[in-house]
Amino acid sequence: MKDTLGQVELGQRCVVERLDLPRREALRLMEMGLTPGAAVRVLRRAPLGDPILLRVRGYSLSIRNSEACRIEVQRA
Amino acid sequence: MTVVLLAGNPNAGKTTLFNRLTGARAKVANYPGVTVDRRESSLTLPRSGAVTCVDLPGTYSLTSRSAEEEVAVDAILGVGQPPPSAVIVAVDSTALARNLYLATQIIDAGVPVVLALTMTDEARASGIQIDHAALAERLGVAVVPIVAPRGEGIDDLLLAVEDALSQERATRVPVPRDEVVERALAAVESRLAELQLGATDAARRALAEWTILSFDAEGLMHLTPAARDAARDARRDAEADGVDLDRELVTQRYRRIDEIVAATVVESSPDRSRWTDRIDAVLTHPYAGTAIFLVVMAILFETLFAWSDPMIGVIEDVVSATQGAVGGLLPEGPFRGLVVDGVLGGVGNTIVFVPQIALLFVFITFLEDSGYLARVAFVIDRLMGGVGLHGKAFVPMLSGFACAIPAVLATRTMESRRDRLITMLAIPLTSCSARLPVYVLVTAAVFDPSSRVLGIFTTGSIVLLAMYTLSIVAALTAAAVLRRTVLRGPRPTLVLELPPYRVPMPRNIIRATWARVRRFLVDAGTIILAMTILLWALLSFPKDAEVETRYEALRAEVAYEVPPELQEERLGELAGEEAGEQLRYSLAGRLGRAVEPVLEPLGFDWRLGIGIIGAFAAREVFVSTLGVVFGISEADETSDPLRDRLRAATWPDGRPLLTPLSGMSLMVFFVLACQCMSTIAAVRRESGSWRWPLLLLGYMSALAYVASLLVYQVGKLVGIGQA
Repeated sequence: MKDTLGQVELGQRCVVERLDLPRREALRLMEMGLTPGAAVRVLRRAPLGDPILLRVRGYSLSIRNSEACRIEVQRA
Repeated sequence: MTVVLLAGNPNAGKTTLFNRLTGARAKVANYPGVTVDRRESSLTLPRSGAVTCVDLPGTYSLTSRSAEEEVAVDAILGVGQPPPSAVIVAVDSTALARNLYLATQIIDAGVPVVLALTMTDEARASGIQIDHAALAERLGVAVVPIVAPRGEGIDDLLLAVEDALSQERATRVPVPRDEVVERALAAVESRLAELQLGATDAARRALAEWTILSFDAEGLMHLTPAARDAARDARRDAEADGVDLDRELVTQRYRRIDEIVAATVVESSPDRSRWTDRIDAVLTHPYAGTAIFLVVMAILFETLFAWSDPMIGVIEDVVSATQGAVGGLLPEGPFRGLVVDGVLGGVGNTIVFVPQIALLFVFITFLEDSGYLARVAFVIDRLMGGVGLHGKAFVPMLSGFACAIPAVLATRTMESRRDRLITMLAIPLTSCSARLPVYVLVTAAVFDPSSRVLGIFTTGSIVLLAMYTLSIVAALTAAAVLRRTVLRGPRPTLVLELPPYRVPMPRNIIRATWARVRRFLVDAGTIILAMTILLWALLSFPKDAEVETRYEALRAEVAYEVPPELQEERLGELAGEEAGEQLRYSLAGRLGRAVEPVLEPLGFDWRLGIGIIGAFAAREVFVSTLGVVFGISEADETSDPLRDRLRAATWPDGRPLLTPLSGMSLMVFFVLACQCMSTIAAVRRESGSWRWPLLLLGYMSALAYVASLLVYQVGKLVGIGQA
């Protein structure tokens, strides 16, 4: 079982491996910089636990847990 | 004609730059066929003089997902229009890599490009050094660092645009593509050449990339079936080779961008934007963040509700003073009625919304420019998710409790058209402030408002609480149902950039607000004016000559038979009674009688029916229309005579008209019915067709009817509230 962005601890530096998402969603996230090979870090969670805030390619991007759980990462 | 486009990511400082470049003369209109703002103005170049400058909608890439993105793509690639003379791409220096994704796509399309590096002061402050000469060399285009709010670099930018215009077009950032991707692009390109799409080789290649990435998006206007098939085939072929074409197209471009960024950017403190992170630690904190969120929303609500009130009062006073003055100048008759009640009334009905719209947009633009609006969506997204909406739907929905008109206009902050429509169609169910007078009048007539329930709460406040709860439940349910039926579709994924916190510029706020207000006055205003005139005609015509003569005679009698000190009062009473009789004779009156059989099962008679018809102008008009029906001039919701008449009113068989039960039924009807032509006009304007406002009117009317029917009939069956 791979680690996903939905389960890594806050602040953990990771590298994106694979986006196991429907085509359009995967494309959209990749175009926002979340490509396989990109360095990413989970900065914080929203007060109600969802969505989460990521740091990728030098800016802050928010996505939901449902997508984050399908983005496989490698801890750096 | 020379056309310079301004493109860029959302939040890249495009609007500020556009205002700086063109001054305040922007013309705002819709793109043909879609409700996307098209902002156009003229730009003065040092040698060529004035050229046209178009501000494109902000996009993150040239892939089309929404109408906004397609508009931008078509303009840049010259689909269905001549290619642009040059494109200025606003690139946020604080998020260079992501911004370069769009920028390199545009450069690859072979149009002359000038890169405007925005927010350079901010980048410098957070330790990012961009070697812009090296960047220019690697990208093959001019790169001009600017600080738009201070006007730094604007002259250099204009010079660079001038140079770009005289250049041969054909620069490209060579993105190394592997064999499979190259083959796929070439296949689609040759198909596009057969279809005679794409002005140049470069444009055709860019169009090929766009077609492959966008071919399965919904509702794209300019994608021919042949091009779509070519893209589908190319993807299938690549898949046979074990290659995910999307992934390779995007990753290979980012690989190139990463190389460029590594060679041109020096970051002295890698942990930059610490300032924004520190603010976020508080503003998105589970407790502190939630508390601040509630306070900000409370202030927003208070602003719409309380601050706008005095301004609305002034507008109403000015309108009625004007009506009085103009009325005095014109001879008695239908023409005076048309001018005073129709035209001036219609103008009044439009401008009365200006304070709330202006205040809401000052507030929203402030929140948006400061970066907090994105945090609002971040904090509340989970809750809105319960009904299938996006976090960005929250502010418009909340504003609906003050007034649906500005709230409908505020849905513009949402990207997805489906989400925007769902929100727009649910907003009118939120209990706006115009419903309050109706609740107050009816509660006062049927309950003893100061009597207490459980010894603590007054009946009045319990009734109000019940109506607001009903409206919240109804609005959320409607959103959930719309998502599963008419506007079926998965809840869109959240892909939300949280931009760094920035100090908003007052000038931008004023401009954005004024643009909104002006468009409302022009577009929605004309519809509101037309409907007001129509409604005035319904309520005034035809007139019964017999009634007129009878009241003439009665007035003549007053002079002889009534003591002088009582004459004025008696004449006032007569005027009220005459207006009531004429209203009954009018089309609206006949309509009220005609619909009585339909309204009777809800517990309403024809008099309440006329009130409901009149309320279509604006809900608070219900009160004054009832005043006329019951022959009382100058009635408002707290006036005792109207309340007493309502209490005393009976059905022909002597049963009381307004019982606690029929009063509840009436209030439920007002919560749920779409009795507001201005909302219809605003939804028509924002959705771009009559289809959605008609659906809105239809579903809310049906909902209101069924709910009131249930309240009244079930209540009667179990025998409550009939005394």
